Amino acid sequence: MLTKRIIPCLDVKDGRVVKGTKFLNLVDAGDPVAVAEEYERQGADELTFLDITASHEKRDIILDVVEKTAEKCFMPLTVGGGVRNLDDIRNLLHAGADKVSINTAAVQDPDFVRRASDKFGSQCIVVAVDAKRSLDGWEVFIHGGRTPTGLETPLWCHKMEKFGAGEILLTSMDRDGTKSGYDIDLLQAVSDQVTIPVIASGGVGSLEDIYEGLTTGEADAALAASIFHFKEMTVGRVKEYLSEKGVLVRP
Amino acid sequence: MIAILDYDMGNLRSVSKALEHVDGQCQVTRDPKAVAKADKLVLPGVGAFKDCMENLRSYGLIEPIREFIASGRPFLGICLGMQLLMDESEEGGKHAGLGIIPGKVLRFSPQLGLKVPHMGWNQVNLSGQPRLLKGMEGEFVYFVHSYYVAPEQTKKVTAATTEYGVNFTSSLESDNIFATQFHPEKSQKVGLGLLKRFVKL
Repeated sequence: MLTKRIIPCLDVKDGRVVKGTKFLNLVDAGDPVAVAEEYERQGADELTFLDITASHEKRDIILDVVEKTAEKCFMPLTVGGGVRNLDDIRNLLHAGADKVSINTAAVQDPDFVRRASDKFGSQCIVVAVDAKRSLDGWEVFIHGGRTPTGLETPLWCHKMEKFGAGEILLTSMDRDGTKSGYDIDLLQAVSDQVTIPVIASGGVGSLEDIYEGLTTGEADAALAASIFHFKEMTVGRVKEYLSEKGVLVRP
Repeated sequence: MIAILDYDMGNLRSVSKALEHVDGQCQVTRDPKAVAKADKLVLPGVGAFKDCMENLRSYGLIEPIREFIASGRPFLGICLGMQLLMDESEEGGKHAGLGIIPGKVLRFSPQLGLKVPHMGWNQVNLSGQPRLLKGMEGEFVYFVHSYYVAPEQTKKVTAATTEYGVNFTSSLESDNIFATQFHPEKSQKVGLGLLKRFVKL
């Protein structure tokens, strides 16, 4: 049986991990490669790097980070942030990423997703969607959550599947950073509209939150950043808990 | 020397890094002469079946692969590299494969009601006594694919099966031919163990 996946996410800026990962007891908790190795030891099923490097000139730094990570970690790696054209994707895959996630560029040019999946295969194209509750549903936002698009989230996800996305990374902007749990209604609404895997993101504060997202929310994978920055919440502990509750995870 | 075929389809760095990690000496190449000289050959691959076959053809690699396999040296196909061994695939219409292992490549039926691609960690159940998957009964390995192989002589060539709506062949072995639908290079310790056994063949 296919297991549910637990995916730690690292925000990387100018080649350094931002947000605290001090608990990991690493000599250099800002080194993405060292943090990635620690998560591999803990039994993470995949890793995601979100590159939040602002300046354009420094964008190649992430390629170096990906390359070094791929030399040390033998697990699937997704990289997102600023992926705008086929060359960006090629460079990341060539450096050792297994998947790339596309967010703003997908909204600006949906056909980019089609071209990308035709060229590299849908298995490596993740469409990241930032969704915020509106009066009658959830609106898609881009530019790191700053720009509303008028798009309805479940329909947008459905369209992205048709355009060749292999997976949806669904972030609830309302819940992000609140530690009040994933937006279960949002997860369900999207799961109803797509047949590709959905990764839940935004709002995890407890073990139950992850359980809820993977069961009631029907998500295939749970992504979390900050909870893994506290010692009591290792990937191993999450898996132990899920396993006790009858959710199939990789030991 | 292990030759890893580079035909513009796939993430070769992770395959070569993983093999190097278990002390394999690798060369990423598309030179038919290097293939002819290699001790072992790895055919990775992600993307569309048709594009892979077209690229292999345009780089003049189809005959070198056949000759290599016919010579009895160890060959490892990974993911699409496994599917390419079959007669034909139904991905994007009907397309001929290398025809080295009789059989077809099928899509997970939507009627199964499962997410496609089959993406993530799933278990292998061994068939017979496979060499590369020795000791891997019940282990979890990483998959990402929408199609799977259905060999004609399933009993003879299947090294492991995996359950995802159907029980499909997730690894095969036939004399010097080895193939995995999953990605050993992405399957952490378990996958590295498999690659180590390949290096040591």
